[in-house]
Amino acid sequence: MQFRSETLDNGLEIIAEVNPAAFSLALGYFVKTGSRDETPELAGVSHFLEHMMFKGTASRTSVQVNRELDDLGSQSNAYTSEEQTVYYMSVLPENQAHAIDLLSDMMRPSLNDDDFQMERQVIIEEIAMYDDQPPYGGMELAMEEFFGDHPLSRRVLGTRETVGAMEAEAMRAYHRARYAPNNLTLVAAGAVDFDALVEDAKRLTSHWIPSDATRTLAKPTIRDKQSTLVHPPATQTYTLQYSLGAGANDSARYTYRILSSILGDDTGSRLFWELVDNGLAESAVAFTQEFEECGLFCTYMACTPEARSANWQRLEDVLSSGKAKPIQDREIELAKNKICSGMILSSERPGNRLFTIGNAWLNREKYETVAQATQNYQRVTKDELQATFERLADRKNITVSVVPEA
Amino acid sequence: MQQTVFHHRFPNGLVLLGEPMPWLESVAFTLLTPVGTAHEPAGREGLAGLTLEMMQRGAGDFDSRAIVEELDFLGVERSSSVTTLHTSISMASMASVFEPTLRIAVSMLREPHFPEEELEEARQSCLLELASIEDDPAQKCFKELKRIRFGEIYGRSSLGTEEGLTAIDMQDCRSFWENGVTSHGAILSVAGNFDWESLVQLVEKLLGDWDVGKTPAPPAVVAFPQTKHIYHDSQQTHIALAYDSVPYQHPEYYRGRGLVGILSDGMSSRLFIEVREKRGLVYAVSASVHSLDRCGSVLCYAGTTAPRAKETLEVTLQTIQSLASGIDPDELSRLKSRVRTSLVMEQESSSSRSSQMAYDWIYLGRVPTRQEVLAEVEKLTCENMVEFFRNHPPRNWTMVTIGPEPIEFPSGALADAVS
Repeated sequence: MQFRSETLDNGLEIIAEVNPAAFSLALGYFVKTGSRDETPELAGVSHFLEHMMFKGTASRTSVQVNRELDDLGSQSNAYTSEEQTVYYMSVLPENQAHAIDLLSDMMRPSLNDDDFQMERQVIIEEIAMYDDQPPYGGMELAMEEFFGDHPLSRRVLGTRETVGAMEAEAMRAYHRARYAPNNLTLVAAGAVDFDALVEDAKRLTSHWIPSDATRTLAKPTIRDKQSTLVHPPATQTYTLQYSLGAGANDSARYTYRILSSILGDDTGSRLFWELVDNGLAESAVAFTQEFEECGLFCTYMACTPEARSANWQRLEDVLSSGKAKPIQDREIELAKNKICSGMILSSERPGNRLFTIGNAWLNREKYETVAQATQNYQRVTKDELQATFERLADRKNITVSVVPEA
Repeated sequence: MQQTVFHHRFPNGLVLLGEPMPWLESVAFTLLTPVGTAHEPAGREGLAGLTLEMMQRGAGDFDSRAIVEELDFLGVERSSSVTTLHTSISMASMASVFEPTLRIAVSMLREPHFPEEELEEARQSCLLELASIEDDPAQKCFKELKRIRFGEIYGRSSLGTEEGLTAIDMQDCRSFWENGVTSHGAILSVAGNFDWESLVQLVEKLLGDWDVGKTPAPPAVVAFPQTKHIYHDSQQTHIALAYDSVPYQHPEYYRGRGLVGILSDGMSSRLFIEVREKRGLVYAVSASVHSLDRCGSVLCYAGTTAPRAKETLEVTLQTIQSLASGIDPDELSRLKSRVRTSLVMEQESSSSRSSQMAYDWIYLGRVPTRQEVLAEVEKLTCENMVEFFRNHPPRNWTMVTIGPEPIEFPSGALADAVS
């Protein structure tokens, strides 16, 4: 296993974890852009653009792009989040050159008006699909309430209104600004021929023009608020609570991740024993979300409307019990084992490694082996976990409940 | 594609399958017994799932809580599931802790405690899981499709029914376990970094003296054509369709599977292009194959906002019909390319290999090698696939829709166009 990196003259960074023994390789363009980089009027443009990137280029029609992706026998896809848009594929080593040619070409899409109008319909269907799933609306509202006028409050999909009113020219300008070579990273993992990858990327991206793409960072203002979202067709209730956690570059993130596993992993955690194992709630979990300059410590509970209030009190009691029920050594050991073993098991596929090394590079310009990454967890001390746990007792938080009726 | 698949049948009927993958650090296994929802007594729907839940709440040396802690300590990723005809426990761990991991799974099978005081809690968990489907219309749509297509016994959901779950007592769980979780027809399928000879010895020690009777075979599966609409106050209408095809063990299975690949595998597939790319009707549209005993079906799904549901259904049906008019050599070449790639990549996951081997054994009584699968796929031609479609035209349609308004299924028009 060898780490390689190179920066091209146009600013494009290329990184790879090379494993000659792997059966496949995974490739991806990681674009440092997402819903937080949009203006309010263009909410949803990053995600809409992600769809449009499959719609053809100067040298390939949309059908050709789709056919070649399938022809490569690849498992390929893309996703958009608040901070990233990622295009990735897993292919056999003999298809590396074709894959990088196609993926690089896709980064310079045609963005035709006709395709734009057609794809708008697909996005509106996607928004409708999520609107019909009650927990999803709760998650969007919790982000909006937590972040207020901070850019992270924006919905990744945008809204029916913003997507409905969007113009193709605005998307083209967004693409020029955000898909500049200095705002992209080409990431590879597995049986990669790194020298060939760099040579191909140089040739394929030589005409890409750098931009002054930046991102506005700001600490969110933290407040307490409770909101209710009435969703009449719902039969269950969904409650989300977001409070401040650790950001993607904050060394405390490992503490928060272990703490969320101890308190709220989907099995074996305190919330599991308090609410799920005994059949009180369908789900009661804690998890973290990490962004560039800040992070969230989140809890989520799904249960019947009748049981909601009593269950939520139990959940609150678990989170506030830092002093009364301090963390035990055994809990720390189990959580660390669970997390580290999961990391090692998932790293067997280059397709999974791609995201781990790509995300680490986008956030911190840093590469870590799986063994180094597991050490970050092993180093977290009981005192750190206990102190963080105790602070949860007086956390400010946003709580959102999705209920069938007010 | 070097590959060795071992198998060993123990005198008690248990079949051990093994594929060493020494390049991995993990070992994964699937432990499966031949009992599922089709074996539930009438009025006890949900018994298979609740029994499996109870089997994990204390077994061998561990009580309910200790099992979870021990598996977490070992860093085991696990899942368990009930299907129409089987109950299975799957686990994946680092090779160094494979043996203690397997011991826990075996104890769940052989020595469950069935703690009386936990039955109510387990029942409540099952009831909540059942209720949660009501807020997921796409999943509810398929649950209902299965129910009306395969009827009273085979159409049961692994989640059970509220009435069934409420009626179950501990004696029901015990007898379901005693009569159903048997060595005859059981399969243990192991893939990853292990040594076959040592594995056979270990399994002999853990399961060699396990000898319990045979699970009675349920009657043959019959598929019923039918349509149904369920009102839901949603923006989208969810459409689930099923039609006859051939099952996994059929000699021409790969032709049928290949056709579904032409329809739905990848972004250049016909359903994706026709329904989503050209018309923007949906975000999600797909087709997949489904085998149940000797009954094969193709299942389709499309979700679209209500006013466009009729057009979405029509285009979906026309796209399926279009298989009769021919397959482009490029389509076939892409299909083969995808299969080749996925067979190579299968070697990167012990979990997917262990479950695939168990599935192969259930349906074929053997585990085909990658070379054999590839050879079958290479035999596909545009002609023999179209011929298959003409010989097995879509019929016996079942359709379930969930949404604000019903849509009509144009059955006559479709039958005419295909024949």
